[in-house]
Amino acid sequence: MMEFDTIAAISTPMGEGAIAIVRLSGTQAVTIADHVYRGANRLIDVPTHTIHYGKLVDRETDQVVDEVMVSVMRAPKTFTREDVVELNCHGGLVAVNRVLELILEQPGVRLAEPGEFTKRAFLNGRIDLSQAEAVMDLIRAKTDRAMTVALGQMEGRLSRLVNELRQQLLETIAAVEVNIDYPEYDAEEMTQAIIRDKAGDVRRVLGELLSTARQGKILREGLSTAIIGRPNVGKSSLLNTLVQEAKAIVTDIAGTTRDTIEEYVNVRGVPLKLVDTAGIRETEDIVERIGVEKSRQALKSADLVLLVLNGNDELTPEDELLFDAIEGMNAIIIVNKSDLEQKVDLGRVRERADGRPVVTTSLLEEAGVNDLEQAIAALFFEKGVESKDMTYVSNARHIQLIKQSSKMIEDALDAAENGMPIDMVQIDLRRAWDTLGEINGDTVQESLIDQLFSQFCLGK
Amino acid sequence: MAYQAGEFDVVVVGAGHAGIEASLAAARMGAKTVMLTMNPDMVGFMYCNPSIGGPAKGIVVREIDALGGEMARAIDATYIQMKMLNTSKGPAVRALRAQADKFEYQNRMKKALEDEPNLLLRQALVEHLLIEDGKCVGVVTNTGAEYRAKAVIVTTGTFMRGKIIIGELSYESGPNNQMPSVNLSKHLEELGLELARFKTGTPPRIDGKTIDYSKTEIQPGDDVALPFSYETTEMITEQIPCWLTYTSERTHRIIDENLHRSPMFSGMIKGTGPRYCPSIEDKVVRFNDKPRHQIFLEPEGRDTEEIYVQGLSTSLPEDVQHDMLRSIPGLEKAEMMRPGYAIEYDAVVPTQLWPTLETKKIEGLFTAGQINGTSGYEEAAGQGIMAGINATLKVQGKDPLILSRSQGYIGVMIDDLVTKGTNEPYRLLTSRAEYRLLLRHDNADLRLTDIGHEIGLISEERHARLGAKKDEIAREMKRLEKTIIKPSAELTARFEALGMAPLKEAVQAATLLKRPEASYALIAEVAPAPVALSIEAAEQVEIQVKYAGYIDKQLDQVERMMKMEQKRIPERIDYDAIQGLAMEAKQKLNQVRPLSIGQASRISGVNPADVSILLVYIEQGQYALISESE
Repeated sequence: MMEFDTIAAISTPMGEGAIAIVRLSGTQAVTIADHVYRGANRLIDVPTHTIHYGKLVDRETDQVVDEVMVSVMRAPKTFTREDVVELNCHGGLVAVNRVLELILEQPGVRLAEPGEFTKRAFLNGRIDLSQAEAVMDLIRAKTDRAMTVALGQMEGRLSRLVNELRQQLLETIAAVEVNIDYPEYDAEEMTQAIIRDKAGDVRRVLGELLSTARQGKILREGLSTAIIGRPNVGKSSLLNTLVQEAKAIVTDIAGTTRDTIEEYVNVRGVPLKLVDTAGIRETEDIVERIGVEKSRQALKSADLVLLVLNGNDELTPEDELLFDAIEGMNAIIIVNKSDLEQKVDLGRVRERADGRPVVTTSLLEEAGVNDLEQAIAALFFEKGVESKDMTYVSNARHIQLIKQSSKMIEDALDAAENGMPIDMVQIDLRRAWDTLGEINGDTVQESLIDQLFSQFCLGK
Repeated sequence: MAYQAGEFDVVVVGAGHAGIEASLAAARMGAKTVMLTMNPDMVGFMYCNPSIGGPAKGIVVREIDALGGEMARAIDATYIQMKMLNTSKGPAVRALRAQADKFEYQNRMKKALEDEPNLLLRQALVEHLLIEDGKCVGVVTNTGAEYRAKAVIVTTGTFMRGKIIIGELSYESGPNNQMPSVNLSKHLEELGLELARFKTGTPPRIDGKTIDYSKTEIQPGDDVALPFSYETTEMITEQIPCWLTYTSERTHRIIDENLHRSPMFSGMIKGTGPRYCPSIEDKVVRFNDKPRHQIFLEPEGRDTEEIYVQGLSTSLPEDVQHDMLRSIPGLEKAEMMRPGYAIEYDAVVPTQLWPTLETKKIEGLFTAGQINGTSGYEEAAGQGIMAGINATLKVQGKDPLILSRSQGYIGVMIDDLVTKGTNEPYRLLTSRAEYRLLLRHDNADLRLTDIGHEIGLISEERHARLGAKKDEIAREMKRLEKTIIKPSAELTARFEALGMAPLKEAVQAATLLKRPEASYALIAEVAPAPVALSIEAAEQVEIQVKYAGYIDKQLDQVERMMKMEQKRIPERIDYDAIQGLAMEAKQKLNQVRPLSIGQASRISGVNPADVSILLVYIEQGQYALISESE
């Protein structure tokens, strides 16, 4: 825990909303915001308590991350009595997360702990003394909840993997330490080359972890959602209903949607990255075949599948094949066209749904859309995700920590490459081990000592 | 019959490595000091290995010297072999280790004590403390002598209720068959101090004349022996080698066949032993896939044939020890002079101490050294000097001296002990220091000599020399920033000869020095300073420039830590009255009673939320205190 360094967090409730605010507080708040801001003036030059229009840019890729209104408020007349910057960006979990991640990538800023803005306000004398107890309750309550979420994730793949990686790092570190603390002991001398191999392994897995960790992926990209179904069952109508914006061409001629179209939507707080697919069926049309191929790929990488059936038609062998294709995946079965005569065998649909939700809709008449949204939200939140706020915090925190560790290992590898002495290389390896430990909250100096004595037979 | 034996500022009980530094520091700071020991012939005796220093430990010896202590000077004057360790690694982990002439060493130490004007050395067995109004005001010996004092430092090592164990045999004894201290241990318990039972051990000693050295590998010292002390100007040049051999398959078989006779495995030994100093039977059992273990043969002095068999610490029966020794290449005909043994002893649970090493329960009572659950001469001496300094500062009504974890290994050790406690004899390792790069053996003087001067342990003359060295370093660092080195044919040729890539453009001398293969010597050659630097200053410049990036990283961490260290916690704060603190945190905080938020955050079982709550509670300015009567 550190005081007075610069902290950042999303300050508006998570979920739907036109605008979200990312707040920074601390001595470097303005400099850091200025570094990613592109507008008419430099933020470091503007007067205090003013608001400015501009864009947030990732300096590394030169990509615009969001359009924002930025409030600059300098100490002491601010909520925390420190320099404060508020970035008013577009609402929705995905957009605001991108902004926060961009900020957290800057050096000198870290994610605020639960209740930390309030705590600072208090410590800097901004809040009345009588509120002290409330602040303490807040810290306790929020931390307990964070712990619950963290514990829930302990069983997850991420945690297991992190533990394995830490153990791998620890063994490497101990092998270096034994050479340092027992220089005459007949253990294998750890060389830069060995460290390079071992740490290289860890870095590679961390890299994979960053790209595959489901939670992290959802945060960065939304829950990847594929809409599938035979041609002309209402897939594009579904997309349009969710997006409320005509992006795909809607006709009743089979095969008119030729490209996969990606669209971000926010369904009751669940970030979805919708992938509309061209109708999945055999086709001779080359243009369309490309679309079909893309669709199959989209399906493979989807986190959630929305399978649309035509209630006005009997189940066809193609429908059965689609059911085969989504076996074992997260899916919601949508029986559309409830406004027309129902010919579909609902019993068979339920059987094939195999416990996954089945929703009846008429997208044309916007009936059943509510049920569908509820089904999506339920699917997401019942998967052990207790609170939108905490899920988000722990996730962003994990991503951040994994990124930091990865960077530290890279520093260690660079140092080894440049012929730095082994105990210098070690400094970054130990930081990486510590940092990874913050994910499940155990960074204890003793572990290294324990490892040292269990791995090697030392003593006089 | 009780009688008055005198009034003193400080009484030190024990004359081992902790007691020596404590007494000398107190006396040199102007305290009227008496040192009480059961046997003045055993002052500063090395009961285990005849060696001082090593990784982390060697740095502690330099820190003691930088503060004005004695250990470094004594070993420089009496060493028989000196080695700089870890020279192939970075500067942070280098350290000196000396083999000692243990008899010369203790004679040298006894003389230092005798020569100290403010210090009296007395034979006495202390049995009780004098306690008045909850304060320790002196000690009583078994002869009835009452020594009254303003502060008492207990440094009894492994003597408290000591018990020697060799195979099936066990008897009450201090180390090396010295008399144990039984009553004092009982008395401390009665006063409410919690004691722990620890165990350590030592290997057999053999007659060097009966060793076949041709079957061993020679282990010589360094060609040029460097001193521990910043004040040593001349070193003995003749060194004595050590020898390396290994246990054999037969050794391991003998151990296996006799395990049932080992007190470690029969349950006779109850105390907790150190993992870093296991007995040979322990090593063979726990690492049974390792075919052989190293055995170093170390001379105990210049005028003795006795050899210390490092690596063979054991409590197996004497006959098994004999067989074991003879199964080792080179020792086939070795004559054992003394058997190895295990020793159990009482230690004070160190979380009962303030970071000054004063007990929380009894004002005026300090403990230092192995009694606090550590092991090692250097660890003991490091605590000894701090206890001596703090007892004296207290007597003089001055603020205590607490070294932080970023100031020295001594600070790391004491903080670990009083904050986390220890469940085995504690040894310093470089791995325990989070700011290892700042706590180097080469900069102990830069870290601590100003402090030593301030408290009166460092002379004006020595302090002035340090000032000159600091100026020299600063001047040269500045010059290297300003000096530009331009590429030239001559330079390219010189670099090529050294296997270095040529300069592409003009660079600052400092930038060039940062290249891994560049040394200060090279810089001095291509861009010489107006006045050549001293070796010590050149070493500092090289390290400080070369590793600036890493050093800055650690300094940054230290700065953050210091903010937490500077937030003080009121001494008598009532943790039970703080709502929101977790139960475990309350218990641990009550036990340790940390002085700062920083210290609180290092207690295991106190999590960051508890620390936040504590911080907010203290900042609001109205806190409950526990009543004075407690």
